[in-house]
Amino acid sequence: MNVPNALLHRRDVVTELLRDRRDLLVIAGLGAPNWDISAAGDSPNSFPLWGAMGAASMMGFGLAAAQPKRRVLVITGDGEMLMNLGSLATIAVERPANLTIAVLDNERFGETGMQKTHTAAGVDLAGIATAAGFRTSRIVRTMAEVSEIRDLAHGGDGPVFAQIKINPEALPFVMPPADGVILTTRFRQAVLGDSALFN
Amino acid sequence: MAELKATRPAQTEPVQLPTWPDEVYRVLKEADVRQVGMVPDAGHSRLIRAFEADPETRVVTLTTEEEGVAMLAGAWLGGQRGVLLLQSSGVGNCINMLSLPVICRMPLLMLVTMRGDWGEFNPWQVPMGQGTKPSLEAIGVTVTRADEPHLVASTVSGAAHLAFNTWRPTAVLIGQRVLGAKNFKELARK
Repeated sequence: MNVPNALLHRRDVVTELLRDRRDLLVIAGLGAPNWDISAAGDSPNSFPLWGAMGAASMMGFGLAAAQPKRRVLVITGDGEMLMNLGSLATIAVERPANLTIAVLDNERFGETGMQKTHTAAGVDLAGIATAAGFRTSRIVRTMAEVSEIRDLAHGGDGPVFAQIKINPEALPFVMPPADGVILTTRFRQAVLGDSALFN
Repeated sequence: MAELKATRPAQTEPVQLPTWPDEVYRVLKEADVRQVGMVPDAGHSRLIRAFEADPETRVVTLTTEEEGVAMLAGAWLGGQRGVLLLQSSGVGNCINMLSLPVICRMPLLMLVTMRGDWGEFNPWQVPMGQGTKPSLEAIGVTVTRADEPHLVASTVSGAAHLAFNTWRPTAVLIGQRVLGAKNFKELARK
């Protein structure tokens, strides 16, 4: 955090990760990653979480396992990822080739007053993912590296993990629909077709 | 005395294998379950083996039970059905994560093998065992319970229909009377 101006800006990162997203499926963890993917353009192929902290990685895995021909990108924060580190072990064991997890690491609990998370003290999430057995795991500090993660997410061999160091800036909220039934139904309709509307 | 005899480990005397796990497997196959998330429990071991031998089903060992709640929410988004196999102690790990299927009205089928009630010997199992049903109901999960082996499969079938036809989280508690209570004091004397 010595040179925050040199850190990446989260919405630039997310815009690049979602560039030309086509039928990419996206799960966003609660808080700022939710507002970030919404700022990049709300989509029925996105599922932004508003709660259930710790869910994003395993939701992405369950989706990737159910839809092996689609690409799945989880975009979440360092606090959300730290709440469910065990899932990195589970996902590494299962080795979903179509799953990428991108952690926007501002080293802060952004929604609650910018308190430091463990990554501020040096906890190396990418190292944990590597040790767990992810096929690819990187710490990302430049937009060129973000573009590489974008390409891996869209067509590389997973599971891929990226810990993307970002500026701890607080940005205006850009909110998607908040109702869980609406988010679930529109996503399932987009992925599965109109049959998903019928019990 | 008959009850105590039933608690002895399988290797010391011939024990008739329970058939309810096989019936539950058939019920879950009929429900088109494709993903099985589990933290192992001895009471689920026969059902887990059946799914592991089934190439149509993905069995995922979890580090903690709430991973499975999130995994099966993702599976539902992708059009697959699943089941979460856990022990009553693991229900406590799931509570906040259950807000996901509750608020999104996603189906979730949890099969919970009970500890901390009938015949329990370990006091540490009692708080969560006694808290399992009220905590599930408090967060919004519909709970049914089977305490007789011959009622397990039909109870699971009913919960599966409720979950997958009305899109909401359900749990079946499988009582220790079905599973046979462990008695570690007796095991320690062997």
